[in-house]
Amino acid sequence: MDYITIDTKRVPIEGENNILSLIRKAGIDLPTFCYHSELSIYGACRMCVVEDDRGRIFASCSEQPRPGMVIYTNTKKIQSYRRLIIELLLSSHCRDCTTCQKNGKCSLQELAYRVGVHAVRFLNNKKKIPLDMSSPSIVRDPNKCILCGDCVRTCDEIQGIGAIDFAFRGSDTQVMPAFNRALSETNCVGCGQCAVVCPTAAISVRTNVTEVWDAITDPAIRVVAQIAPAVRVAIGESFHVARGENSFGKLVAALRVMGFDEIYDTSFAADLTVMEESKELAERLEKSEKLPLFTSCCPGWVKYCENHYPEFTDNISTCRSPQGMFSPLIKDYFKEKDINENKKTIVVSIMPCTAKKGEILRPDNFTDGKQDTDYVITTQEVIRMIKQVGIQFEQLEEEAADMPFAVASGGGTIFGATGGVTEAVLRKLAKDKSYQNLKEISYIGVRGEETVKETTVTLGDREVKIAVVHGLAETGRLLERIKAGEVSYDFVEVMACRRGCIMGGGQPPFAGDRTKKGRMDGLYKADVMSNIRYPDENPVLNHMYQTNIKGKEHKLFHRNIVK
Amino acid sequence: MLEQAYYNKADEIIAQHGRTQKALIPVIQDIQANYRYLPAELLSYVAKQLGINEAKAYSVATFYENFSFEAKGKYVIRVCDGTACHVRKSSLILDRLYKELGLSKEKHTTDDMMFTLETVSCLGACGLAPVLTVNDEVYPAMTPEKVSELMKELRGEKA
Amino acid sequence: MRLETRENLKSARASAINKIKKENCRILICAGTGCLAGGSDKIYKKLKEMAKGVEGVTLEFGEEAAHVGVHESGCHGFCEMGPLVRIEPWNYLYIKVKEEDCEEIFNTTIVKGKPVERLMYHQDEMIYKEQENIPFYAKQTRLVLKNCGQINAEDIEEYIAAGGYEALEKALFEMSPNDIVNEITKANLRGRGGGGFQTGYKWKQVASQPEKIRYVVCNGDEGDPGAFMDRSVMEGDPHKMLEGMAIAAYAVGAQEGYIYVRAEYPLAIKRLKIAIEQAEQRGLLGDNILGSGFNFRIHINRGAGAFVCGEGSALTASIEGERGMPRTKPPRTVEQGLFAKPTVLNNVETYANVSMIITNGAKWYQGIGTESSPGTKAFAITGSVNNTGLIEVPMGTTLREIVYDIGGGVKNGAEFKAVQIGGPSGGCLVSNNLDVKLDFDSLKKLGAMIGSGGLVVMDEDTCMVEVARFFMNFTQNESCGKCVPCREGTKRMLEILERIVSGNGTLEDLDLLEELGEAITATALCGLGKSAALPVLSTLKNFREEYVEHVVDKRCKTGTCQAMIKYKINPEACKGCSKCARNCPVNAISGKVKEPFIINGDKCIKCGACIENCSFGAIYTEN
Ligand SMILES: Cc1cc2nc3c(=O)[nH]c(=O)nc-3n(C[C@H](O)[C@H](O)[C@H](O)COP(=O)(O)O)c2cc1C
Ligand code: SF4
Ligand code: SF4
Ligand code: SF4
Ligand code: SF4
Ligand code: SF4
Ligand code: SF4
Ligand code: SF4
Ligand code: SF4
Ligand code: FES
Ligand code: FES
Ligand code: FES
Repeated sequence: MDYITIDTKRVPIEGENNILSLIRKAGIDLPTFCYHSELSIYGACRMCVVEDDRGRIFASCSEQPRPGMVIYTNTKKIQSYRRLIIELLLSSHCRDCTTCQKNGKCSLQELAYRVGVHAVRFLNNKKKIPLDMSSPSIVRDPNKCILCGDCVRTCDEIQGIGAIDFAFRGSDTQVMPAFNRALSETNCVGCGQCAVVCPTAAISVRTNVTEVWDAITDPAIRVVAQIAPAVRVAIGESFHVARGENSFGKLVAALRVMGFDEIYDTSFAADLTVMEESKELAERLEKSEKLPLFTSCCPGWVKYCENHYPEFTDNISTCRSPQGMFSPLIKDYFKEKDINENKKTIVVSIMPCTAKKGEILRPDNFTDGKQDTDYVITTQEVIRMIKQVGIQFEQLEEEAADMPFAVASGGGTIFGATGGVTEAVLRKLAKDKSYQNLKEISYIGVRGEETVKETTVTLGDREVKIAVVHGLAETGRLLERIKAGEVSYDFVEVMACRRGCIMGGGQPPFAGDRTKKGRMDGLYKADVMSNIRYPDENPVLNHMYQTNIKGKEHKLFHRNIVK
Repeated sequence: MLEQAYYNKADEIIAQHGRTQKALIPVIQDIQANYRYLPAELLSYVAKQLGINEAKAYSVATFYENFSFEAKGKYVIRVCDGTACHVRKSSLILDRLYKELGLSKEKHTTDDMMFTLETVSCLGACGLAPVLTVNDEVYPAMTPEKVSELMKELRGEKA
Repeated sequence: MRLETRENLKSARASAINKIKKENCRILICAGTGCLAGGSDKIYKKLKEMAKGVEGVTLEFGEEAAHVGVHESGCHGFCEMGPLVRIEPWNYLYIKVKEEDCEEIFNTTIVKGKPVERLMYHQDEMIYKEQENIPFYAKQTRLVLKNCGQINAEDIEEYIAAGGYEALEKALFEMSPNDIVNEITKANLRGRGGGGFQTGYKWKQVASQPEKIRYVVCNGDEGDPGAFMDRSVMEGDPHKMLEGMAIAAYAVGAQEGYIYVRAEYPLAIKRLKIAIEQAEQRGLLGDNILGSGFNFRIHINRGAGAFVCGEGSALTASIEGERGMPRTKPPRTVEQGLFAKPTVLNNVETYANVSMIITNGAKWYQGIGTESSPGTKAFAITGSVNNTGLIEVPMGTTLREIVYDIGGGVKNGAEFKAVQIGGPSGGCLVSNNLDVKLDFDSLKKLGAMIGSGGLVVMDEDTCMVEVARFFMNFTQNESCGKCVPCREGTKRMLEILERIVSGNGTLEDLDLLEELGEAITATALCGLGKSAALPVLSTLKNFREEYVEHVVDKRCKTGTCQAMIKYKINPEACKGCSKCARNCPVNAISGKVKEPFIINGDKCIKCGACIENCSFGAIYTEN
């Protein structure tokens, strides 16, 4: 085996194509701003520079390993260059850390501390640039941008959207939409993936924490929370809980302490979605029309389809997303009670997703012309609220959600990962509800990180061709192939975010490979632990179908699509 | 909204260069040559026609110094501040022009849309330093006095 | 018109030579950018008009008749003396010709064959009749620039007559692609675009890539402000470059080529277009060239105003329609260059060397220049020197020979101070270095580089701090902004230099400049950033005392830094009229009427109003 030597340690080369990966493998967390294993190599921050035994200095992210190389990551020169690079970055950066969204979670701040910048010898003479608050999902603060380009490459390479790019050049360079337009006027879908990779507060999640506190502290308001599946396996990361561990019970307890009145599990609504969507699939298969059926639970995808592939919008399921079904159901549920108690119910959904903040504002998601979900707060925001109160999250006793919406099948829970929706729909459609069949479905090829997964199942006398795709750039490529007639499907699950909602724009950022895997494993573990596995075996839901929602399915659970 | 004629012109230019990303720069160069600036609407239009993201097209157009979204004056004066011209005091030429035209580093075009003043680094006529060009015509070995005379001439007040 | 075979080309050459031979007098009027600006087009029209008027003389290439040929040539490199008119067969060179001189030229030279001495170059009482004897030319070895100024750049026949496309012919019919690569490698042709990279090695790598679609790209961006050798070749002898590109394409198996020319060179673009068109008509470009089965097409891309696009990966990005931002390597251009295909990228002058090597052989080429840097190099010599212009000398010529023998010494007999070589990415050479041989390796040892070949001569009146500021201003302005050290670092270096020339610098600033310079050089992504600090670091090394004078004594002894000039009133001459005080915009002047006034240096903003207003010449400035 070939080796290179890193700081006297011999490290085997096992297919890595850059030295930085080898350095990380050697257990050294070399500081970087612009390297992401899933993005193209950009080489702009120069933080990853190293020195070789001949005194040559180069960026390790963009250098191929050659057997026998001898590399030092921490020489005197390297130390001083890194310090100067950070000092230079800070010198034209708005350094209001104490009031900054990213305070305490900011790479720039952390690295400034780590490399030991003690003073900035240059004056910040940059003009202050106004913030872009036009998007319901994210906020752009160009004053905090260090031009690492991570957001630009994410939006372009992973999401295939290119809503933002560099403009101008040299020290005038900025990241912005075309003509510095407001983000809301671009084709941005609000997925928040740019915010996930942004090392600073230059792109951050648009927060609604203040509004939620206002509602909670208002006695005339009944504040109902619904907690999405993906939140439970990510929130613990910020509170010393093992990665991927299901913290649903602790979160429920925390929300109670915070003053939420009712706390429900969005997985219940996911079961509901499965019921509605499989009905729709069966109908379309029957009539052989508007196929493939595309899932509709991801608002990032829905908007992408509308912007880039309007010809496919009719193929999208008319179902609302689980959040979108749940809120009108909750409001319907409390309708009379509200009148009796002279209260107003508002729904706050706790989501991994920034695009959901936009979804609730879409008129096709309104019921009787009214917005159903009042606020979406992301996992990141709820973490902040917990910290604000000072709750010792990790020490909380687990609590159960409130009835009647506390019961959900494992099928609803796995919605948070790519392939989850499909698997849940397949469970619903399966005639054989045995444990054995459950296992078989799980091996059918819809789980895992591969960007396009394909499978075929037999339903009745028909072969149903299924594709599961995540990441919008990959989705675009798949749609092109469908358009070109190279492939054809009956059912396509699309998630805008790579790996699905567990990696949504509102989840805690900077998740490494192990965290990503942990979150995914966590959801499947939660599925295994649940008493009900088949969505159509949810007793509460089945009861409701017979009682309070009977006849209201269309009004409450489907989008009102105006032609 | 621009008049239809602008879009027709753009179509014509696009037809010459093809609908690929590599045509982007030549197309907007030709548009700019035609209108002496790059109307923002046309950049968006070209992006769409070539199948490029608008943000990308904007990104490219703002990278290069030659593209301008603002209409330029009738006379575009470019003063060379390349090495050869600089060592022969091109800054005095520039100062005189700023003064004559009431322009500055931030303001490039006179309000009457007669003159636009720019600097370039080297026109490749270094042997004649300091030089300036007016709409691509080279004026060699300039002095502040010659600048004043040239301005008079361009304004139609023959000295 | 189309030359289908090698024999066709041979006979076309013979008839082109014949045609030229029939011209018993050839008037070549320089139509380079410089001379055109001096009005050479009017001279051309006038002479053409006059030639027409002479009985029995045809202007066109007539069958048998003796005739006068009037042609537009490319730049001779002596632009400062322009407009230039060269008259063959006597090789007279007339300088600074005006429209009014045409009559005399015609009557004396064309009609009688006698020189017009007053229009000839003279130096130290000597009149130089023949162009080749003028000291500026006598010490040069013009190989690349040989045809510039001697042939009509818009006529392919003249190029063919001068031996053009002989090398392509030889390459296509007598050599294999491999032979060509070997010949260029043996000749040790090194890239003239600055780096001095071995061209043969580059070609070999491209030729050996598994990917079969390959490109040949010519770098005509020539961004160095103050250099114009590539412009001269493109304007004056475009076919030489095209021929070099075609040979390169044949050698590496490319079918398509791109020339990237900066937008500031409209004339070069025009001439290249004409040249490509004419070559295509003759079948010297296009499909099945000379019946050899080799296809090669050339496209022209105009730059759009970004110096950094001279860098290889930025240049290819720009052709692809992207921002011209350099990218990290690997992959290298030879593996994945233009459109991610293997690409040969060479400079204009590099390509212009190729045909000579193929025609005359590697051995011949190695006999010119030095062992490690064979051949010649064109330099653009400007600044405080008597003869500025474009010159070509064998590699290894000393700076002294260039400045004193060709350049005619420092202007106005001033003291030589330094030469800035290689433009904004170069360094400075001082009087100790006058006898250094100019070649790639010797310069590298001195921390300078040939770069583009710009040479700015500076005399004792040049402020080195201001020179450093000037170059830093240029690079900072041209930084693409991608990587942090270059984007932010050059901005800070410029700020510090501006502080120093405006009299607000400190000694710590000098250390900070060095710290920044070293870090930027070590960590920047591309050549622009890596060399951005060189002018500062090398002036700091060679002229530190000048910097110290600026920051400690607040004095610029050359008087260049305006902010440090002190306005003073000579009490002997002052009549106490108070006019200056009344005109001072900041009330910096005070005094009693009829007694000498004084200027308060702290208040004075150095506007100069007082000097203009003093009728007694009592106010003076001190550096
Ligand atoms: C900032 C920068 C600007 C450059 N500008 C030019 C240029 O204007 N012309 C040129 O031929 N090479 C230029 N180069 C060098 C090219 O990158 C490249 O090395 C060269 O064109 C290769 O050709 P050669 O091997 O024939 O020299 C530049 C390099 C850098 C880093
Ligand atoms: S982005 Fe980071 S460094 Fe900048 S102000 Fe916020 S916390 Fe501080
Ligand atoms: S970290 Fe430093 S600057 Fe920030 S709040 Fe604490 S003491 Fe103040
Ligand atoms: S939110 Fe998504 S679509 Fe919008 S800019 Fe960010 S990455 Fe692009
Ligand atoms: S917005 Fe963030 S991710 Fe994008 S370039 Fe700026 S700092 Fe990097
Ligand atoms: S994949 Fe999930 S988190 Fe991402 S945009 Fe879609 S719904 Fe939101
Ligand atoms: S060194 Fe300068 S020009 Fe080169 S990539 Fe970095 S910022 Fe751009
Ligand atoms: S130079 Fe100007 S400011 Fe200074 S003393 Fe003279 S008039 Fe006053
Ligand atoms: S104008 Fe001249 S003479 Fe009059 S006070 Fe001033 S310096 Fe003296
Ligand atoms: S990580 Fe290597 S340059 Fe940014
Ligand atoms: S420096 Fe001005 S023309 Fe070259
Ligand atoms: S342009 Fe005529 S000599 Fe240069």
